[in-house]
Amino acid sequence: MATREVISTGNELAAIAAVDAGCMFFGGYPLTPSSEVMHVISDLLPAKGGTAIQMEDEIGGICAVIGAAMTGVRALTATSGPGMSLKAEQLGLAQMAEVPLVCVNVMRGGPSTGLPTRVSQGDILQSKNPSHGDYKSITLCAGSLAECYTEVVRAFNIADRFMQPVIVLLDETIGHMHGKADLPTLEEVEAGIVPRKRFDGKPEDYFPYDCEHDEPAVLNPMYEGYRYHFTGLHHDKNGFPTEEIETCRKLIQRLEDKVALHEDEVESYEEFMMDDAEVMIVAYGSVSLAAKESIRHLRADGIKAGLFRPITIWPSPAAKIKEYTDKIKNVIVVELNIGQFHSEVQRAAARLDIEGLFKVNGRPLSPHEIVSKVKEVF
Amino acid sequence: MAFNYDKYLRLEKMPTLWCWGCGDGVILKAFVRAIEKMGIDQNDVCVVSGIGCSGRFSSYVDFNTVHTTHGRTVAYATGIKLARPDKMVICVAGDGDALAIGGNHTIHGCRRNIDITMIIINNFIYGLTNSQTSPTTPQGMWTVSQKAGNIDPTFDTCDLAIASGASFVARETMLEPKKLEKILIKAMEHKGFSMMEVLSNCHINLGRKNKMVSAMENLEWIDSITASKKKYDAMTEDEQLNILPLGVLKQDLEVREYCDMYQDIKDVHQGKRGKITQDDFVKKI
Repeated sequence: MATREVISTGNELAAIAAVDAGCMFFGGYPLTPSSEVMHVISDLLPAKGGTAIQMEDEIGGICAVIGAAMTGVRALTATSGPGMSLKAEQLGLAQMAEVPLVCVNVMRGGPSTGLPTRVSQGDILQSKNPSHGDYKSITLCAGSLAECYTEVVRAFNIADRFMQPVIVLLDETIGHMHGKADLPTLEEVEAGIVPRKRFDGKPEDYFPYDCEHDEPAVLNPMYEGYRYHFTGLHHDKNGFPTEEIETCRKLIQRLEDKVALHEDEVESYEEFMMDDAEVMIVAYGSVSLAAKESIRHLRADGIKAGLFRPITIWPSPAAKIKEYTDKIKNVIVVELNIGQFHSEVQRAAARLDIEGLFKVNGRPLSPHEIVSKVKEVF
Repeated sequence: MAFNYDKYLRLEKMPTLWCWGCGDGVILKAFVRAIEKMGIDQNDVCVVSGIGCSGRFSSYVDFNTVHTTHGRTVAYATGIKLARPDKMVICVAGDGDALAIGGNHTIHGCRRNIDITMIIINNFIYGLTNSQTSPTTPQGMWTVSQKAGNIDPTFDTCDLAIASGASFVARETMLEPKKLEKILIKAMEHKGFSMMEVLSNCHINLGRKNKMVSAMENLEWIDSITASKKKYDAMTEDEQLNILPLGVLKQDLEVREYCDMYQDIKDVHQGKRGKITQDDFVKKI
């Protein structure tokens, strides 16, 4: 497979990836540590005829993105925790009206203003349910510089496939990391683009939300002769508000099932030295880099450790986690929060003896800390 | 010949959920007539509404329609317009929607002067949610959230829009639908951000507790607090205090529209022109 080698940062690669994936619109608001995504894309988009706008606030940023996406273009917003909190209601509308978009969240310390320039992985649970109500989030998490690129590309394809927002989690360490990355070629990225489905029949036969129980809406771009209605209210097959009992039930169940019954299409994880592992470390994002280094040290000391790294965080690779936790006794989740994914691993494993190494002081976890903890608890 | 509205209405959605005697229907009809007179294809129009009674406006008219979250119409419309600058975008919002929860977007839509027409239906109250104070509820009136009497000072929608940089600002009432239709055409034909405030009645949730129990009484009150701009300008300052002027209050044909200006940014990045500098602008601060 041909690759191209670049030297860049995670945030910059996320912006480049969006443009390479065909994104033509960006709406956002400055927010540390994600702002470089906007800085880079505000040059790249107008150069290819697209638009990048700095809105008056985080809410405006995602509203503009949803509006642009309704016209059929791929659209991106980028932010960090406080911005995610502000965007939550609009993410709910995008879930309800089934408008695809990609939202990059470069995680920093929280809650509230927290540690603006420091690393955290505290938004794992928020990214599962940013808005009120029932729906099935799709959240991807980049664990390397290259993945800041490839996961954003994948997010756009998933968003158009499932017709909903896709969140890509970076963390401050990955976002600001500067180094070499091997990226797929532009030709390969372009060949992998799966455009949104569209309806080509007569407008009078078009019912955007009339779909199978596990399929997303088919939303034609606005202004192309298919006049229909977007709403955040419960709606019928034409998008119009309804309170009809069965229509309401079917709609919300479909928002769940369109993802839940097709999890295999979004599932992604990495297994590192897991073949003979007797200690399983679960880590993701920048922490997985430290975990890999720690595994080399542990193995040098005779401890057969391996890494399981979810790349798609939500829906979580629960079946695969269970497969491993059924046969490996010593399991530890290492993350920069107080056990947000740890609780998911315990749920997936149906075990309450999963160990954890948690850090919430805004500093990265070192390989040494992981080595010490593994030696202490197992 | 009577105007046939059928082409522009989603008749299967009728009757509307608006109360008997509500002004929203009059405004909707004036809007539809204005579109017909302008000769614009329904497929080329997008109507974006927010939350509240006015929020349902978008579901009754047969255009591309978007019913957004509370207060965010202008922000959604900004994305739509920037993605398709060649098409028309209309926002319809209420006074609570546009001036309270969505105040920031309204201000910045005006400031950017993006080519959107924003119709604010001002009925001086939160109607749909039963009589809470809005930013335009007159002081001293009864609201369910201020039963002792409203003490909150009011916003003047048009003053706010003028100060924020909208290049077209007008106010009308639903009392004179023909006039409203004409001024709506002017607003929609204007290139830039057009703020169109339309004063309307809510005799149910404003009137009943404020000695205007019928639509007529509520409308008579609106009539009593408004005057044409010409008459208003001839008044003394004391007389002006409790009068809202009607008509076109501002139209600036010189100021550039935002999508047009953004084309300059595209041109810079595509090597078609040099960087934008302060010399490109008359107003430098």
